[in-house]
Amino acid sequence: MAENRVSRAGLFEEVKVLERKPSDHISIERDPDDLWGDSRVIVNIGPTHPAMHGALRMVAKLNGETIEKSYCEFGYTHRAKEKLGENRTYHNFIVYTDRLNYCSALINNVTYAMAVEKLMGIEVPQRCTWIRMICCELARVIDHLICVGINAVDLGAFSFFLYGFHQREEAYTLIEKLSGARLTTSYTRIGGLMADAPEGWEKEVKDWVKRTRKVIDEMDALLTGNRIWHQRTKGVAVFNREMCMKYSWTGPNARAAGIDRDLRRDQPVMFYKDVEFDVPTAQNGDVFDRYLVRMEEIRQSLNIIVQCADKLKPGPIWVEDKRVRIPDKDVVANTMEGLIHHFKFFMKGFDVPAGEAYTCFEGGNGELGFYIVSKGGPNAHRMRIRGPSVWHYQGLTPMSEGQKVADMVAGLGSINVIAGELDR
Amino acid sequence: MDARTQVPTNGGWWLDKWGTAWKEQIEKFRARFGADCEEVRFPGEYPTDVPILYVKKERIVEVLSYLKEETGFEYDFLADITATDEEAEPRFEIVYNLASISKVWRIRVKCRCPEGQEVPTAVSVWPGANWAEREIFDMYGVKFSGHPDLRRILMDDRWVGHPLRKDYPLKGYQIFPTPMAPRPELLED
Amino acid sequence: MSKDGSAGFLTTRLQDFINWGRKNAMWPLPFGTSCCGIEMMATLCSDYDMARFGAEAVRFSPRQADLLIVAGIVNSKMAPVLRHVYDQMSEPKWVMSFGACASSGGIFNVYSVTQGIDTILPVDVYVPGCPPAPEGVLHALMRLQDRVQAGDTLAQKREAALKRASKVLGG
Repeated sequence: MAENRVSRAGLFEEVKVLERKPSDHISIERDPDDLWGDSRVIVNIGPTHPAMHGALRMVAKLNGETIEKSYCEFGYTHRAKEKLGENRTYHNFIVYTDRLNYCSALINNVTYAMAVEKLMGIEVPQRCTWIRMICCELARVIDHLICVGINAVDLGAFSFFLYGFHQREEAYTLIEKLSGARLTTSYTRIGGLMADAPEGWEKEVKDWVKRTRKVIDEMDALLTGNRIWHQRTKGVAVFNREMCMKYSWTGPNARAAGIDRDLRRDQPVMFYKDVEFDVPTAQNGDVFDRYLVRMEEIRQSLNIIVQCADKLKPGPIWVEDKRVRIPDKDVVANTMEGLIHHFKFFMKGFDVPAGEAYTCFEGGNGELGFYIVSKGGPNAHRMRIRGPSVWHYQGLTPMSEGQKVADMVAGLGSINVIAGELDR
Repeated sequence: MDARTQVPTNGGWWLDKWGTAWKEQIEKFRARFGADCEEVRFPGEYPTDVPILYVKKERIVEVLSYLKEETGFEYDFLADITATDEEAEPRFEIVYNLASISKVWRIRVKCRCPEGQEVPTAVSVWPGANWAEREIFDMYGVKFSGHPDLRRILMDDRWVGHPLRKDYPLKGYQIFPTPMAPRPELLED
Repeated sequence: MSKDGSAGFLTTRLQDFINWGRKNAMWPLPFGTSCCGIEMMATLCSDYDMARFGAEAVRFSPRQADLLIVAGIVNSKMAPVLRHVYDQMSEPKWVMSFGACASSGGIFNVYSVTQGIDTILPVDVYVPGCPPAPEGVLHALMRLQDRVQAGDTLAQKREAALKRASKVLGG
């Protein structure tokens, strides 16, 4: 009987029925859904399965619907960003940081710029910092909206996703005004920004915040009290505090399990000391708590955006440092020296003094770190990117052990594994 | 960076805040491990943001669990494990970036590993080190002794060479005719 | 009516009708791997609404889809998988190469990245951009529809060639 069954769990699947041993019935507790007595199969889910966002793959041994044992694979979108970091100049590498966590590209840009600025001992002007903070929080809101939206789609709540995605489109319009691109912004430069915010931008941001607050409340009303959503998410895919510590989980996923840690508050960079915000935490570490933490973080981020927009004052956005300052276009077009400077800057790049630093910042998913080792040239000796998704995805195997396949999908959606950051 | 540079606010306050705590820790650490602590690089004397402890690779597991559990250290959070290719003897350096959840401070532990030698695995201290070590094996070819499942992670199983080594060409592309097959043997009890 | 008495006129009109049906009911298979996948979702969502062009029925099974949208990077580990998916699709099938990474490798000229999916499978329409804006995707879809109507896509040429061959061999 069991030999003829074919699982439809993956597009790209290979099914192998395990040999039945007489001892199995004694050693394994029978699954109530297991109609066949013993039907343990190995199912390959992914890398193009719709539930495995991006390109993740899980090979699971199922007992009926329950995952008994599994292992995960990734690397299907590996783009060698760390190798490129060693072969490109520091300025060139900015564009590659966009493609790490592409849901919150601005946070990656800012963190990378901070990492190189730390190595060079540069402090950027106030206006630049405030704009960067608005960018970070905008990106965080977008990231969380995508995460909760897609998690809801995975569990069948499609309209919730549409609400979030519309608000995200409006945020992209704001980002487009700032940087000219929607998703891959490349907005920061080492020691400054690509361009100043256009006139009246902060007012538009504030209007957007007002509208978004309303939408978040609507989304809340749609799902937070929904009984189906509760049944589908409460107590599902639990990853408790000890496990989070063991597997180095950070960000909203760790906060949902009771780890009160937010790098914005604990290791304040930029002006996070000067704005007021709360760090939401939950206790159970299940899908529902991760959802709640993310929803609350969106609200806190909106608060931070308003505070930053209020404090935004006119001023320079570039640090006056000859090493990193990109020459102004009129100087380049009108003077020989300017043209030579421009050419040298973009072709050869600037030297970063020898040294090493690990710079981390609270990304959309958790601790985003850049460990840069410089030997003094225009290229890094080692450009290590610590993507939080790697550590989260590693926890999927212990998390989904003993869970149903459908609950594994809920769990994977809730930890928000982003392929770009996972594979780098 | 020059060791004397004033490091800016994004991270520079670490030295002001934890400088004395770090000094005490290093004293205690040196007393405990003696000559196995090969070298200490302190911010302000060497261009780094946090202190770097170089230890003998044979004792790395002991060092990591000491840092994790000893009061006064409490580095209970593994931020990252990575490696660097130094293009000199000893060729590789394994880098452990540690942090503390309660105390918020950070430190970096390194061990040197010549080519062809093995480093003890840190999986017993942090189960999360598993994939990071697999990645180092994949990218640099450094083997970890006692690792439960040491195989390639980012690249295909059939890949030849280790891409992040300095002598691997940037454009050394390889392609395989079939997808990677599942490995049922990993799922046996 | 042609000289030999076959109803050439009628078949062309019928073919036009079939093409019209095909172009307005493309079922895409979103092979979204990275950044472009997010923009593809935006295109399918309410603000841009790909349903206006009859391409909203997203199917993750290659057997049910006829438009393969390769959105994002395809590296050496993924390339055989993509080929596997493409081979499973039934004729006629079209391929859209979405974004710079899929079209040419983009900014990633490195050891792991396939320099364009056209090295492993035939592509009908390319969308430039990193990632392309949703407007660009809709434009590409409309261009593909024009080509399907005119019958000059690769899949339709294959189909016509097969028909001719069977006529010759059968007759």
